[in-house]
Amino acid sequence: MENHQERSDHRSQDLPQVLVIKPPPVLTLFEDKFISSKFQLLKAWESTLPLDQFLTNYAGSVRAVLCSGASPITADIIRLLPSLQLVITASAGVNHIDLTECRRLGIAVTNAAGVFSDDGADAAVGLLIDVLRKVSAADRYVRNGLWPVKGDYALGSKLGGKRVGVVGLGGFGSAVAKRLEAFGCTVLYNSRTQKPSVPYPFYSTVLELAADSDSLIICCGLTAETRHMINREVLLALGKQGVIVNIARGAIINEKEMVECLVRGEIGGAGLDVFENEPNVPEELFGLDNVVLSPHRVVFTPESFVAASELVVGNLEAFFSNKPLLSPVIYE
Amino acid sequence: MNNTCVLVTCPMFTYLEQELETRFNLFKLWDHSSSKAEFFNNYSSSIKAVVGNTKVGADAKLIDSLPNLEIVASYSVGLDKIDLDKCKQRGIKVTNTPDVLTDDVADLAIGLALAVLRKVCVCDQFVRSGNWINGDFGLATKFSGKSVGIVGLGRIGSAIAKRAEAFQCPISYHSRSKKPNTNYKYYLNIVDLAANCEILVVACALTEETHHIVNRKVIDALGPKGFLINIARGAHVDEPELVSALLEGRLGGAGLDVFENEPEPPEQLFALDNVVLVPHVGSDTGETSKAMADLVISNLEAHFKGKPLLTPVI
Repeated sequence: MENHQERSDHRSQDLPQVLVIKPPPVLTLFEDKFISSKFQLLKAWESTLPLDQFLTNYAGSVRAVLCSGASPITADIIRLLPSLQLVITASAGVNHIDLTECRRLGIAVTNAAGVFSDDGADAAVGLLIDVLRKVSAADRYVRNGLWPVKGDYALGSKLGGKRVGVVGLGGFGSAVAKRLEAFGCTVLYNSRTQKPSVPYPFYSTVLELAADSDSLIICCGLTAETRHMINREVLLALGKQGVIVNIARGAIINEKEMVECLVRGEIGGAGLDVFENEPNVPEELFGLDNVVLSPHRVVFTPESFVAASELVVGNLEAFFSNKPLLSPVIYE
Repeated sequence: MNNTCVLVTCPMFTYLEQELETRFNLFKLWDHSSSKAEFFNNYSSSIKAVVGNTKVGADAKLIDSLPNLEIVASYSVGLDKIDLDKCKQRGIKVTNTPDVLTDDVADLAIGLALAVLRKVCVCDQFVRSGNWINGDFGLATKFSGKSVGIVGLGRIGSAIAKRAEAFQCPISYHSRSKKPNTNYKYYLNIVDLAANCEILVVACALTEETHHIVNRKVIDALGPKGFLINIARGAHVDEPELVSALLEGRLGGAGLDVFENEPEPPEQLFALDNVVLVPHVGSDTGETSKAMADLVISNLEAHFKGKPLLTPVI
């Protein structure tokens, strides 16, 4: 039998186990934060057994699983965890969890939404400014020695006064909106439902929002409804000067159609942190100066990760102490 | 076409040159670079206005060579390339382009800070070069909540502060004198400002007093976790000191729009991941360039029609 408690001698065999199928980045980078007197980790990835067999052999009494995008919690996985009562993700997104199945079985889910909002919003604004003002492209221009040879760089586009459409006004969207106001932007939004206490004009469809916006910032979750919600029609409505920024999930945008629009000059530019098939990025984008690319890093700062690890551990300790969860996902 | 002779000192913006050409008898200084003496012989006493910018302004030599010069209209807000004393002596009017470029320059200051701290350009290069397939990128530095110290709380400095506040950044500043209507913390000494902030932004005018105001002492006070953002003038910073601090890891990083010797920034910076370098683009958007050009034209027209100048400096 494999030893999963080789790390720390003082760990009791009686501590309840938290299953981890693959380590989320926050665990890899801040493992010491996950040492607790209330639980221990059952690290499935360290086993050479196929996952199904590992779970059948060792995870029968596991009540909680810590997951992330790289280790989705599907109905099949849930079926192999008969004692499961809690799914914790170290991310804001929950699209990798079969929420329907969890709800059906009364399994609670917690995520790490709040702790990432600032960093996510900072990155969204950073990407938008970069695309409009050509920061990365101009930086390349200087480093390639072109300034003394070719003279002034091409003009960019002013951020102030732009109408920016925020898609999804949750934690990320609100944080983005608040920042953009300080730059003199007019904020508009689309969301599943209108928010009564919000000062920004509401648009009931993304198409209408795009038609009335100079830029779109995608901040919503990935669900069956939002998959490929941003398609050619929406992008054409955004227009030739329009800029799209995506810090949410790649699949919210029909990537093939977006790439075509960019290559044909049918939209003005894009700032993208997420893609449909990470880490693969459509190569046509590599040659475009009006696109800024990021490897799914918008929340990767030490501060966010420390906060996320504290939230995950906080939720786990609350769960094992029969106390209320800190950040439960509320089913709608 | 008006017969008033106007001299423009260097290529600036096609729209501006076109608008000047429809209204005045326009001379382009760079068209005569091989025959300067002849040009000045023939035309110097006809020229009544000079349009200059941050590259070529109106120095004492140029002003002395134009005996009937009445007005210098700068296509910039900075006045460091204009000999203001000489203009005052001669009774020559000077105008610049304040306010219309404030937003763009402030936006770029924040954009550079985000780019440096969040490694936006480095990440972009990482993806473009196909490296993401081979492994993940590391962590960047959080921007929200970092303390921002602003050197010069004028129009641009205040606009930067307003934006940074939306990111919950505590704001402090240094300037010649304390500003009456702000809650931001004031530092009489720039070294103290640098010691007490994480991101130092240079936003003041270039004068004799502010030349090399960011020197070794300031850079050391800012330190290995500190960042310098310069959207003002290259000469505000002791550039060799800045370069060695960055190369030696004594400064956390820098976002630079301006350099001591444009268009040639120090090449030693080109290989560094913790700097972002852009070619003096602070006000370079289509919208603002046009607004600046329109302001230059309006000032010139007002002057020659005997009306009040819109944005006089002296």
